[in-house]
Amino acid sequence: MQDFEYQKPKTIAEAGDAFNAQSDGSFLAGGQTLIPVLKQGLAMPSGLIDLSGIEDLQGITVTGASLSIGAMTTHARVAASPEVQKAIPALAGLAGGIGDPQVRNRGTLGGSLANNDPSADYPAAVLALSAAVVTDKRRIPADEFFTGMFETALDEGELITGVEFPVAERAAYAKFANPASRYAMAGVFVARVDGAVRVAVTGAGPGVFRVAEMEAALNKDFQAEALKGIAVPEADLLADIHASAGYRAHLIGVMAGRAVDAANANGGAA
Amino acid sequence: MPKIALSVNNEPVSHDVEGRLLLVDFIREVLGLTGTHVGCDTSQCGACIVHVNGLPVKSCTLLAVQADGADVTTIEGVSPDHGLNPLQQAFHEKHGLQCGFCTPGMVMTAMALIEDNPDPSDADIRHGLEGNLCRCTGYQNIVEAVRAGAKVMRG
Repeated sequence: MQDFEYQKPKTIAEAGDAFNAQSDGSFLAGGQTLIPVLKQGLAMPSGLIDLSGIEDLQGITVTGASLSIGAMTTHARVAASPEVQKAIPALAGLAGGIGDPQVRNRGTLGGSLANNDPSADYPAAVLALSAAVVTDKRRIPADEFFTGMFETALDEGELITGVEFPVAERAAYAKFANPASRYAMAGVFVARVDGAVRVAVTGAGPGVFRVAEMEAALNKDFQAEALKGIAVPEADLLADIHASAGYRAHLIGVMAGRAVDAANANGGAA
Repeated sequence: MPKIALSVNNEPVSHDVEGRLLLVDFIREVLGLTGTHVGCDTSQCGACIVHVNGLPVKSCTLLAVQADGADVTTIEGVSPDHGLNPLQQAFHEKHGLQCGFCTPGMVMTAMALIEDNPDPSDADIRHGLEGNLCRCTGYQNIVEAVRAGAKVMRG
């Protein structure tokens, strides 16, 4: 690993200044992707700005029909949070199934979203729940945030400070995990918010995406049977050593059905 | 070069380190505590697991500077001066290891698991050990060892 300047600012403003002072700075959240990337020499930043000392990026609050989670909140804290379990149990369940316990103790919501790995779990929740990604500059609606494989709407140096999730009437996440990495080979988050259903798929395509046909069917009848016969085109899906595009297309249907069943059975604690 | 000050196995430690130094290399190369192993160095195997502020983490996926000010516990810190702790004893009795390379990480993960959940089911144990790979045992005896160790530890 090439050496770098290490900084640990105390405020969001200091973090921005530290980033701007570097020729090629990088924010460090939980590091569960970034540190392996640095070890492989795939990134060689001049400076790392560790966000773990910034109090304003931590924490979970519920206000009315909105759940706010600070960007540096770890997956383990989201999974164990009574507030999240009560407001959006599917989100707590999703966080508790990311990676493994050690990854969940370090990895963060903001880091996962900024990285936008096509197999990450959180993007599916953010997109299906129509959450807003809040940064140090603006609020970005989920539909505008995810722009492609490892690509987001974030500008250079723009920092995610938190995410605002609307509390869903019903929601659930079903994932078919790669047994080695625990990343999603197909993960489907189904949510009904203010009477409107949204279905978001991760792991199967080059980035998280919605399935309009499933949403229309579930808006008419929120039952797994309503999804029968709806197929996602294979041409748009990933094929690799873990699964063919056809297999992933099949998994999307199965996972979507399971998510709807779970949302109906227990309020979404899939 | 950043200076870090932390507690390792309840002993205060301070040292100048390069930003890029991994916590596992600090533990093994600087402190000479070689019970923490490097199996894969790609964040997958869990042989390097230590506790940072009570939580199990992969020390190959953490910079030493990120542990500045933290309480770090390694396998040496949970082992008595002579003999084995109840969980280590259970691994011994249940044949929860063959080559033993993964065992320090298994024990550190399982110690934290049992602390959170003193009476884990087999499913809880398997879910809890998802970040630890063993290439010898097939896991059956590791699950039995954790169950047996948990029983002794809850008294």
